[in-house]
Amino acid sequence: MSNSRQGATQQPQPAGKLFQFKLVLLGESAVGKSSLVLRFVKDQFDDFRESTIGAAFLTQTICLDDATTVKFEIWDTAGQERYKSLAPMYYRNANCAVVVYDITQSSSLDKAKSWVKELQRQADPNIVIALAGNKSDLSARRVVETEEAQAYADEAGLLFFETSAKTATNVNELFTSIAKKMPLDMLANPRPRGTGLNARGVDLNRDSKEVGCAC
Amino acid sequence: MDEQYDVIVMGTGLTECILSGLLSIEGKKVLHMDRNDYYGGESASLNLSQLFKKFRDGEAPTANLGKDRDYNVDLIPKFMMANGELVKILTHTDVTRYLEFKLVAGSYVYREGKIAKVPATEMEAVRSPLMGLFEKRRAKKFFEYVQTYRQEDPTTHQGMDMAITPMDAVYKHFALEAGTIDFIGHALALHLEDSYLSRPALETFERITLYMSSMARWGKSPYLYPLYGLGELPQGFARLSAIYGGTYMLDKPVDEIVYEDGKVVGVRSGSETAKCTQVICDPSYAPDKVHKVARVIRAICLLRGPIPNTDGVDSFQLIIPQNQVQRQNDIYIAGVSASHNVCDKDHYLAIVSTVIETENPQQEIEPGLALLGPIVDKFVSIVDICEPVHNGTKDQVFVSKSYDATSHFETVCDDVKDLYKRITGNDLVLKQRLTQEEEQKEMAGQ
Repeated sequence: MSNSRQGATQQPQPAGKLFQFKLVLLGESAVGKSSLVLRFVKDQFDDFRESTIGAAFLTQTICLDDATTVKFEIWDTAGQERYKSLAPMYYRNANCAVVVYDITQSSSLDKAKSWVKELQRQADPNIVIALAGNKSDLSARRVVETEEAQAYADEAGLLFFETSAKTATNVNELFTSIAKKMPLDMLANPRPRGTGLNARGVDLNRDSKEVGCAC
Repeated sequence: MDEQYDVIVMGTGLTECILSGLLSIEGKKVLHMDRNDYYGGESASLNLSQLFKKFRDGEAPTANLGKDRDYNVDLIPKFMMANGELVKILTHTDVTRYLEFKLVAGSYVYREGKIAKVPATEMEAVRSPLMGLFEKRRAKKFFEYVQTYRQEDPTTHQGMDMAITPMDAVYKHFALEAGTIDFIGHALALHLEDSYLSRPALETFERITLYMSSMARWGKSPYLYPLYGLGELPQGFARLSAIYGGTYMLDKPVDEIVYEDGKVVGVRSGSETAKCTQVICDPSYAPDKVHKVARVIRAICLLRGPIPNTDGVDSFQLIIPQNQVQRQNDIYIAGVSASHNVCDKDHYLAIVSTVIETENPQQEIEPGLALLGPIVDKFVSIVDICEPVHNGTKDQVFVSKSYDATSHFETVCDDVKDLYKRITGNDLVLKQRLTQEEEQKEMAGQ
């Protein structure tokens, strides 16, 4: 897989306030979690893509308006969900989550629901969760009806989109609506607690005596 | 799991997770399993219910301790030396990206019944009650000598070769007092006992230099600590391994290591057998391949507030040198608190530990417990420190060492490097993950 091409989507120069958020992906194996990210970040799609190799996380920025830029730091499960071995570190400090299911696999929606429950139990109470019914291009094989998923999303208070990483349908819309739903006005500080890496502590990559702890 | 792997790793302790990450980066197909349903093995950090399950036989956590999820209680007390090997491994593998670190606020030493701060700055050194005025001058000369000494440059030697001169002779040369020697050997060089005195001084010089350079890197103290507890470290390296294709299975009992013609060929769990050509595991997965080298007692203590006489700091190391309490081994106390996201804001955590010398280990840690102030609750474990009997090259089963009584990760990193060499035949050379770095830059639109 070639991975060096510059993404064709948003590449704005940060203007005004920059808000940085950790976004985690959850969902059953093979529902297209990585493909959604790849489409969003690099505007690419690969039919025979296997599991994610080598990326700690990808980042992408969205300009909401002239004064507000949202930067997502997107964490992939790296396959650790496969045998129920996702580390607590994964959703620690996550500000938002995209829970993905496959519209052609009804069991994947059940799995998505259990991930939503897990997030509501373990993650930050203010986390913004979006439900994504992926592979909407495969409508001939659809088994999960839009209305059913929409009803569940409404009831659980989730954003909801049916997406296709393959055709790019609703992918930018999904991430943009998450950005819009982030409680930006509640965050006086553009690098709020827990959202910037090393924002509160010591940056090991920097070799100086500067100590970033604010206590 | 019935597949062919290059390496099967058992136990998700820090040693195993670092190796798993390094081998996955190199393209090895790794299966990593753990009998527990959490990451970290002996180096895990537990929430309250896990802690009570482990120590109190499934008893429910005491109600007034606060929320389960606020707790990440370390099972072993260790800090990271700011200039030590683990920091190098973390930065070179980019695992720092998953973690946040804080400086430990202070390092203290017990001396003649009092707690004194280990000086972090020249100003603190001048004011420190640890030495008298003349002794400070002698100590200054000693430290200048240590700092300029280079083994490969005889002009820095002043006629003494540290590769052969025992440390006690060096102390004698600088006419240092017994209290100062205690301080240098135990609070700076972090020796656990006094056998180093008769060994060549170079080892101690290197330890002092590591302490000093770690202190110089960030100030305040030479130690770093990851937010949410030490258990974040193995999780970070496990993620690294997974990102490079490593397969993770928690809550997976291991029944048997399978051999053919004296060499490992797989690992069996129930009716499934995963095939492999090499196995890496912690001592608990291969009890017949290790022997006991020492026993350690660790008392995890829940406190109401910072411990007395430490300036109310949110984190500290306190060393009770063996001579101060008529022992052969030092007693260590490591303290962390809510500002490290390891307990709720009404509590503090301290672990008192030492190498066991008698039939009554509980009695041995009393001098440490006595310094903590009121103790809300206490979880005591007595563990065997094990080492592998064989180096693993014959049957290709490589067993790590237990986490020892030292207060940092230097010996863990030594074990990682040693295991790596035995497993791959090559020395571990840390390469910066440049492609990742480049990708990040590209993503940031630079």
